[in-house]
Amino acid sequence: MTDTASSEPAPIEIPEGVWSQPEVDMSAIEEIASVESVRSVRAFASLTYDYTPGLATTRFLRAIKEKRLVGERCSETGKVYIPPRGVSPVSGMPTTEQVDLGLDGTVVSFCVVNLDFTGNAQEIPYVSALILVDGSDIPIYGLVREIPYNEVQPGLRLKSVWVEDSEMTTSFENIKWWAPNGEPDVPASELADYV
Amino acid sequence: MRDVAIIATAQTKHVRSATTVNEVELIQPVIQEVIERSGLGRHDFDFTCSGSSDYLAGQPFSFVMTLDAVGAWPPISESHVEMDGAWALYEAWVKIQTGHADTALVYSYGKSSPGDLPRVLSRMTDPYYEAPLWPTSVDIAALQARAAIQAGVTSEQAMADIAYRSRTSAAANPFAQLTTSAQPLALMDEEYLADPLRRHDCAPITDGGVAIVLAAGDKARSLCSRPAWIRGIDHRADGHHLNFRDLTTSPSVRIAAEKAGVANGPVEIAELHTCFTHHEPILRSALGLGDDVEVNPSGGPLAANPMMAAGLIRMVEVANRIHSGEVSRGVAHATGGHALQHNLIAVLEGEG
Repeated sequence: MTDTASSEPAPIEIPEGVWSQPEVDMSAIEEIASVESVRSVRAFASLTYDYTPGLATTRFLRAIKEKRLVGERCSETGKVYIPPRGVSPVSGMPTTEQVDLGLDGTVVSFCVVNLDFTGNAQEIPYVSALILVDGSDIPIYGLVREIPYNEVQPGLRLKSVWVEDSEMTTSFENIKWWAPNGEPDVPASELADYV
Repeated sequence: MRDVAIIATAQTKHVRSATTVNEVELIQPVIQEVIERSGLGRHDFDFTCSGSSDYLAGQPFSFVMTLDAVGAWPPISESHVEMDGAWALYEAWVKIQTGHADTALVYSYGKSSPGDLPRVLSRMTDPYYEAPLWPTSVDIAALQARAAIQAGVTSEQAMADIAYRSRTSAAANPFAQLTTSAQPLALMDEEYLADPLRRHDCAPITDGGVAIVLAAGDKARSLCSRPAWIRGIDHRADGHHLNFRDLTTSPSVRIAAEKAGVANGPVEIAELHTCFTHHEPILRSALGLGDDVEVNPSGGPLAANPMMAAGLIRMVEVANRIHSGEVSRGVAHATGGHALQHNLIAVLEGEG
């Protein structure tokens, strides 16, 4: 617990007459008048966890280290989910069939980010997109680069850009960003189910 | 009031650490099993309600991910409580009472192994005066145990007896985590974990989950040969600040028991959410249970304590014994918060 004199927030201005509060009689405590009032308390809290990806996501993460994207199929609907969590959200049943997906994808939706929020190393503006990886049925988030932000649109075909082979780990961060692959745009009508 | 019953139950085999599965993989088999046992189809539930806490596995919106196991498409009527599943059952019971549902699926789960549970639970305290001191759940329980011993409510010997009885009872429970115990006298020789609590006084840290199906009236009768009817259910909370309370008694349990009608008939068994041994005498007294009432025949939370599920499991253990015809009337108790702060009491009965 720290009394944060150095980063004390600005005093809150309260208009007259909003409420009334009786004076507290503190005459019994002689020294109280000379004590500086505490106006804020900052209590730091931190908890450490081990992440348990689970069976399906472990299969996905092992594959991504080998530069493969592996989804899992719902046995009832045939839909392929990435990254797989182990259960089909439609059937409620375990997904057991692994499906090798392509390394390219299609922009389903996107936004241009103009805010430089904390911890973000990207130069603004940049494009964050929902990308439908070839062979999958649910889009994932990705950063789109190597194209002016105002030329990105739904249907744009992309390739994944990966870190060096020597830097590959069991992490989604193996994909640095996505960039145009030169193929013609996919018509919007073909993306209707994924928006 | 509508007649509402628990008609099917399922739970995990409880373990210290389910390291290979994530939360949805943990609970999916339990949900699938309870749906199959209920005789209903996956899309036949009028309402679904779950209980869990993101703090346990440090997994934001974990309850949204575990909803995958329900198969929530086409869209369903669904709710979640950041509480033990016993309160999810309560919400479902209310939903059925209002006439908006005749059937409900209720599940809850806790995967405590990814974090440091006693420290995680310290975050339940008030953020200004208590939380900055990081009191663990065991520290706070020890304060309560000390007060209870000094008030003559229990003793370290009586607590060791409860630990021994609970864990040896659990030998007959295929889902329990701890199923053996040293003799009480040997337990008393152990070092203190937090004086006056020894390791055996504390419920284990557990990964696990539970699911039940509720149905109303004739629907329940058509699906289950001997439904476990919820004849009374009520929940009450004592003050949040520990210093607002006499920790040696539980006014909230006493009031909830009165409202639920615990004393309206004989109590054959009681399944109590005793996270620590000294909880049992406090709860027995507040519930008005005689010494002849069998408490926690399943072993109770001292034998397996999946957070957010252990309260609902108390209802399951009573319901299972009603389904089988072993008993006709029992009491289930669930708790939330530190030192028995928030309590739910349910009276379950079989017919004929």
